[in-house]
Amino acid sequence: MSSPVEPAPERGTGRLRLAVYKFSSCDGCQLALLNAGQALLTLSELVEWVWFAEAGIEGDDREVDVAFVEGSVSTPAERERIRRIRQRTRLLVAMGACATSGGLQALRRLGRVEDWTAAVYARPQYIQSLHRAHPLADEVEVDLELWGCPVDTAQMLAAVRSLLSGVLPVHSPDAVCLECKRRQGVCVMVTRGEPCMGPLTHTGCGALCPRFGRGCYGCYGPVDHANTDAVARRFAAMGLLPEQIRDGFLGIHNQAPAFAAAADAAGEHGGETPG
Amino acid sequence: MSDADSRRIRIRVPALTRVEGEGALELDLRAGRIESLRLRIYEPPRYFEKFLEGRQARELPDLVARICGICPVAYQMTAVHGVERLFGCDPGPRVRRLRRLLYCGEWIESHALHIHLLAAPDFLGVTSVAELARVAPDETRRGLALQQLGNRIIEVLGGRSVHPVGVILGGFGHAPDPGAMTALAAELETAAEQARELVAWCAGLPLPEDAQDFVTVALRHPAEYPMNEGRICSSSGLDLDPTGFTEHVEEFQVPHSTALHALLDGRPYLVGPLARLNLNLDRLHPEARAALEATGLPWPSRNMFHSIVARAVEIHQAVLEARELVLEDCARTGNGEADGVYRQWRPRAGVAVWATEAPRGVLWHRYELDGHGRVVTARIVPPTAQNQARIEEDLRTSLTAFGLDREPAELRQRAETVIRNYDPCISCATHFLRLDLERDGERIRVLAGARAPGGG
Repeated sequence: MSSPVEPAPERGTGRLRLAVYKFSSCDGCQLALLNAGQALLTLSELVEWVWFAEAGIEGDDREVDVAFVEGSVSTPAERERIRRIRQRTRLLVAMGACATSGGLQALRRLGRVEDWTAAVYARPQYIQSLHRAHPLADEVEVDLELWGCPVDTAQMLAAVRSLLSGVLPVHSPDAVCLECKRRQGVCVMVTRGEPCMGPLTHTGCGALCPRFGRGCYGCYGPVDHANTDAVARRFAAMGLLPEQIRDGFLGIHNQAPAFAAAADAAGEHGGETPG
Repeated sequence: MSDADSRRIRIRVPALTRVEGEGALELDLRAGRIESLRLRIYEPPRYFEKFLEGRQARELPDLVARICGICPVAYQMTAVHGVERLFGCDPGPRVRRLRRLLYCGEWIESHALHIHLLAAPDFLGVTSVAELARVAPDETRRGLALQQLGNRIIEVLGGRSVHPVGVILGGFGHAPDPGAMTALAAELETAAEQARELVAWCAGLPLPEDAQDFVTVALRHPAEYPMNEGRICSSSGLDLDPTGFTEHVEEFQVPHSTALHALLDGRPYLVGPLARLNLNLDRLHPEARAALEATGLPWPSRNMFHSIVARAVEIHQAVLEARELVLEDCARTGNGEADGVYRQWRPRAGVAVWATEAPRGVLWHRYELDGHGRVVTARIVPPTAQNQARIEEDLRTSLTAFGLDREPAELRQRAETVIRNYDPCISCATHFLRLDLERDGERIRVLAGARAPGGG
């Protein structure tokens, strides 16, 4: 796509119509915009907001050029709502971990639902919860994914700036580990024996955890071709128990296929399978 | 007025704006009386308490942070303090200082966001911060600068302001960068004056007069304005260790909310900045006290619309405290006296209970841990859930005082303004829905799903 998004020509205002929608989430990714300070005000001069409830913009069902959607789809009503939003949106952006992989709350899929389903069904008005917390892409076509828990202001503004210029944002394929080396970080795995997900995780945070003296825990999701087996073996050699290795993968992006499979593999070795 | 006598008004606000998370207001008036009034919270629960079971205690700060993007520090602080007490781990004076500084950062950021992006537009006849910037450009700029400063404090100690990574069980992974701390000290100097001006500005807003009778609950600390530690106290004379909280607070489910309501000894109660300030006036920094007195507002206040002033006073308090904490840390580091920022711990089986003051009020955690430091059960009582019953009570009282014969648009605006006084954080409030059932003599905790119409 050379020009993925531009204002619909028939409107002729030259301003992109933006919207921010919230699904099942902690609200933290919207803060990338709400915390942007002066930049939020500047942006508001450049675009037309259609929906951004937390910022006081309560719009209508007009067509949207770019919709930023935070959160996972975890109820039947949310499923209907994301479909309606998709229908009137030209470019749909999944914003943050919950929208891209389901987020931490996707751990609900490991819950022992059978223990409580019967009781819940005794109160049918309360059971409208899906068994899984779904990433948006499970439900609708997603044009762009911004990974991260949370996405940060610089990342959001860079994405918005690119979209305003009619191009898709540049996406770095690098791992946290590589970023850490570039920043001349001291390896916490080598020097402190701290388990670190840096070799497996997309950068985007600026290799924050190792720079703060601790191992990465995977906020930006798995890199392509993540070698989870090798890292799990390394964790085992460092003395981690199988359940600890498994829980390391059952973090923010527990439902991302590479991490979910690695968690299953670690669980099998430990004789305790999640779910 | 025969018209008014027979008038039926249905007010539906399907998606409340300028609140954090998803809620709705449903108000039915008939013949000049409130027929039904519901703050409907339909944000889906995310089952945190359930999936924390089986996790290692050391994972808690990163996991519970995700309950709320606006007050992740509050969740981290409550969890680590509770677990460290159970483990007999005292990370020492420097960690205590830096954690208080971190909490100051979150209060400043969260309160500045609420005042400028969410609440002040109500009192100035605008609907968003972009419009606020047109009618009050200097004040908006000052407010956003304070918000940014709060964020920067969190970034210095935790790398990023949302879901910061600095706090670990036992302390911090890393001491803060001395250069960054020195830079903060200079910024805080400027901010102290900005915060003082903010207090005067908020007190001068056209806030409605609406004194009400309500019970307030907040932490009290022997010497400090409460943040990370203290006893749970109330205006009705309660004075409890956090372990005794649930003997007085009953949580229960109502059909129209995915967040549990709470009553204190059978009555709705208020937590948050107004409650905190009312109960802790004697713990204010002298400069913050002086700035509040200079406003001429009588305090303690029974007027919920003064919440915005209470937030400003707490920003002032947090800036003044942060300045002292940063200067002390810089001085000690400069003299080579700085203590470590981490203390080793060993897991111990037992129950960890703690309460801290989140920006929106008392946040209470309870974790039952096994001998390996694994979570057996978790229970979290967040501030907005506690405030729900009080919000509904307030809406009834304040709308009646406002005049139920007013136009629906006016009633709606007033109702939304009342709700925003509480700065409800619905994302926080809803992740804990439980039903406790007895089955075959065994107590089973049931996590129930949500009803959810969509806003968009």
